[in-house]
Amino acid sequence: MTKEYKTITEIKGPLIFVEKTEPVGYNELVEIRTGGELKRGQVLDTSDEIVVVQVFEGTGGLSKDSAVTFTGDVIKMPLSPSIIGRVLSGSGRPRDGGPEIVPEVLREIAGAAINPACREKPRAFIQTGISTIDGTNTLVRGQKLPIFSGAGLPHNDVALQIARQAKTLGEAESFAVIFCAMGITNEEAQHFLADFERTGALERAVVFLNLADDPAVERILTPRLGLTTAEYLAFDLDMHVLIIYTDMTNYCESLRQMGAAREEVPGRRGYPGYMYTDLAIQYERAGIIRGKKGSITQFPILTMPGDDITHPIPDLSGYITEGQIIVSRELHRKGIYPPIDIRPSLSRLMNSGIGKGHTREDHRAVSDQLYAYYAEGNDLRGLAAIVGKEALSERDKLVLEFADKFEKRFVNQGRDEDRTIFETLQIGWDLLADLPESMLTRIDDKFIKVYHPKYAGAAKATEAPKK
Amino acid sequence: MEVGKVKRVAGPVVQATGLKASMYDLVLVGEEGLMSEVIGISGNKHVIQVYEDTGGVRPGEPVKETGAPLVAQLGPGILTSIYDGIQRPLTKLAEESGDFISRGLFVDGIDHKKKWEFKPIVKKGDVVKAGQTIGEVQEQLLIKHKIMVPPRHKGGAIKEIYAGNFTIDETVAVLEDGSKITMLQKWPVRQARPTIKKLAPTIPLRTGQRVIDGFFPLAKGGTAAIPGGFGTGKTVMQQTLSKWADVDIVVYVGCGERGNEMADLLHEFPELVDPRTNRPLMERSIVFANTSNMPVAAREASIYSGMTVSEYYRDMGYDVMMTADSTSRWAEAMRELASRLEEMPGEEGYPAYLGARLADFYERAGRADVLDGGQGSVSVVGAVSPPGGDFTEPVTQNTLRMVKVFWALDSKLTQRRHFPSINWLDSYSLYDKDLEPWFVDNINPEWNKNKSRAMALLQENAELEEIVMLVGSDALPEDQQITLEVARMIINFWLAQSAMHPVDTFCPYKKQFDLLAAILKFRDYAVDALTKGMSVDQIKSVPAKDALAKVRLESEYEPVLQKVMAEMDSEFKALK
Ligand SMILES: Nc1ncnc2c1ncn2[C@@H]1O[C@H](COP(=O)(O)OP(=O)(O)O)[C@@H](O)[C@H]1O
Ligand SMILES: [Mg+2]
Repeated sequence: MTKEYKTITEIKGPLIFVEKTEPVGYNELVEIRTGGELKRGQVLDTSDEIVVVQVFEGTGGLSKDSAVTFTGDVIKMPLSPSIIGRVLSGSGRPRDGGPEIVPEVLREIAGAAINPACREKPRAFIQTGISTIDGTNTLVRGQKLPIFSGAGLPHNDVALQIARQAKTLGEAESFAVIFCAMGITNEEAQHFLADFERTGALERAVVFLNLADDPAVERILTPRLGLTTAEYLAFDLDMHVLIIYTDMTNYCESLRQMGAAREEVPGRRGYPGYMYTDLAIQYERAGIIRGKKGSITQFPILTMPGDDITHPIPDLSGYITEGQIIVSRELHRKGIYPPIDIRPSLSRLMNSGIGKGHTREDHRAVSDQLYAYYAEGNDLRGLAAIVGKEALSERDKLVLEFADKFEKRFVNQGRDEDRTIFETLQIGWDLLADLPESMLTRIDDKFIKVYHPKYAGAAKATEAPKK
Repeated sequence: MEVGKVKRVAGPVVQATGLKASMYDLVLVGEEGLMSEVIGISGNKHVIQVYEDTGGVRPGEPVKETGAPLVAQLGPGILTSIYDGIQRPLTKLAEESGDFISRGLFVDGIDHKKKWEFKPIVKKGDVVKAGQTIGEVQEQLLIKHKIMVPPRHKGGAIKEIYAGNFTIDETVAVLEDGSKITMLQKWPVRQARPTIKKLAPTIPLRTGQRVIDGFFPLAKGGTAAIPGGFGTGKTVMQQTLSKWADVDIVVYVGCGERGNEMADLLHEFPELVDPRTNRPLMERSIVFANTSNMPVAAREASIYSGMTVSEYYRDMGYDVMMTADSTSRWAEAMRELASRLEEMPGEEGYPAYLGARLADFYERAGRADVLDGGQGSVSVVGAVSPPGGDFTEPVTQNTLRMVKVFWALDSKLTQRRHFPSINWLDSYSLYDKDLEPWFVDNINPEWNKNKSRAMALLQENAELEEIVMLVGSDALPEDQQITLEVARMIINFWLAQSAMHPVDTFCPYKKQFDLLAAILKFRDYAVDALTKGMSVDQIKSVPAKDALAKVRLESEYEPVLQKVMAEMDSEFKALK
């Protein structure tokens, strides 16, 4: 089907409405030519008379006599091993001056759902070197763990530190990083690229860049391209893939814009009712498949509008992802880096990646105990502000002090400080050791006898992590 | 049967003309014959929801009628299955299409080739009626599958009945009127299967969770909702209940949730040995896994598929528990489909019939006299995922109108890692009074008294905490400081219960009772010591108090508890 139509009847925001005579498939790839330029689009609604097409590169420059071709095929991504090391645009075109990707395979970017019965349970511990993640919100391979942050907070530094330091305890394995930028500033993008370059990560990275001044509709493609690439690297080439995409908030804004252009009935706060499903289709493309060597681990970054975690973007994300790492403005103001607030943070897959055989047998108990007193200490800060610290009981004073020390010693660390899990647990024990032993109600006595500094001295790191 | 034509495709909804199909009939859309269901008829147009991805479907493609609604296939071989929302076995789909699910696959819900040994329990000449058991099949080592005359069958005298090995399609009995009975029933998923009568909820469903059994119990055949923001513990609770509930059959519906969670469950259920039977949990489980990235129309159907299978085992006289994680995703699927129909939206974009659908669903739960003559039950636990954790939203509110038990998850408790994060002041069970006699008769005469005492302490604690926030705890009278301490013990030593702890994940009734009684005993000692002039600090530092914290982690807890209580006694006596 290569018939060319010049029958655009309406152009509205990112959409064009085209009259046609042949049947056109839902989701079909559309090419639109105007002047010398080629734009691509996708069919959103098709009927006997008219089709609605979203144009990824934006409708700027299109007119009623632009030429529209329906390709008869859905959108596919060209892939080959040579994609590693490339910088591409948000719609997958070379952005590094290099050649087009010569495809070994073409893959539909929509991505089919992994059969839940074919998934392998993720449980390989990834050491990020950051205590608030490794110690209390442990990441495992195949997990999707987003960073929820706010404007102006150092979430990019945290993401980069993770990308630099992430390793598993055990054999060296081949891995790759995919970085998808959606609507971030050029400066932010350069920050990422420079760091990738400095550490040599670029050689095993694939970068997709849709910047703030690139078309907003293109952002709908970007994560799909990144994830299709990730699936190829992981499940065809046996690589462990870490995919970072930022900023999901911009992606969701594009979805909202599309919905508004189509005059859809909006869901909560103007976002489309299908946003949960749409986000799930992206986020669920993480994981491990039984019998395959590779894996996909996702690190989406999103900035919470107004730091509001109940906003639909973080809210729906949190309902899909396997936890969330919360970057806190309050801790940032206190000068603590990384300003991760562990209380609302969560890693849902932590349990399968820690303990005997993974990290250490006391890991869960130490983490629970740290949580309990840090949370209680935080509550007591409110009380101390009202009644004064002196009015607190002895026990409460200890807990209050614990919370302060926890932030300074456990949470706070250097931007290049790469702590082993054993160092992290040691800091945890050192802090807990300042409390009377009877207060360690969440820790089995058998662990206290082995790891409490009073009995053990420093626990020794037994295995050296490798990249 | 008619063949119509696709007129329009927009996402999972297709419009077609030239059909005579009725509402909810199954139709096959396009060249690939995608499984679909009629969800609206207006004029000569049929509105159809497609259970599979519609990418590439074009106007003009055919739409074929099947003449029947979406049915569940019911018969031996359902147990241990892992289905998608429309009862296609995921393992079979994997054989057909590999690790990723592709479209247009037709797979039967149960194996039609496998032979099962059928043992008749009625004989030639016996008169049988609808729902009556005519024979049995050993479906799993410990589970007998009853072969019943289908509901609504007119029944009659048995003309022939055969013992031996048969597939589910082969005739195992013939009635006088010539009607043949096989081991396969097909039942439209959106219709409740009939029972003789629903029974009162007088038997508790034991969950082994102290906050539930002790404070907010569920009855066999009861309904419960567990609403909470993300990360507050809905899924862990549903999985924990599936593991420990004293029911015969577990139906777990993962409706629009995570793939890795299903992987976890599919990994764990076959390995988890049921302590009552020493057999893997999977042998008495059925899983529906229609994850969030799988087609939304099949997600909408998954709840009905799960319920129909649950009712079918209930009809054999079994106690079934169905958990649905999450009913909000089901409601959202309805919303998504309704919005594509361009229906007038109700509250927050949900269709106006949201409340009615939820009501119809929960109404299908219950303990009942079943057609077969015995009693069975379907208990339902539905997770609700309110946006922003705000319980005033339509799905939570409509659900609370229907269910009798409300386990309110509280993110403040989650942040303190207090699990289960069920708020003990906001939650309720309307079965409470109906179940009290059972606990008194079967566990301990003091069960209700202790529960009321503990509840009253927690209530008082909440009031005192407000004062403490203003003046600090030292400013309170001594007896109130003791109340604070005892409430803290109830919360941390009794209500808190980690699903991850190998022992404490399940707590038998007697242990639940003994642990609470021990804390209340501490309170008696403490109050007595106060009147004898001891200080609050002295009382709080009784070592046995801290020792009590860890008794729950012991599997052979009784000697440990006895020892702690003996120490408590002598430590209090020694105070001066
Ligand atoms: N009963 C429990 N015991 C121990 N940990 C729990 C319990 N409930 C929840 N958790 C913790 O909270 C996390 C989130 O729970 P989950 O049930 O997945 O939340 P939700 O389904 O409400 O989003 C789990 O990964 C686990 O770490
Ligand atoms: Mg959940």
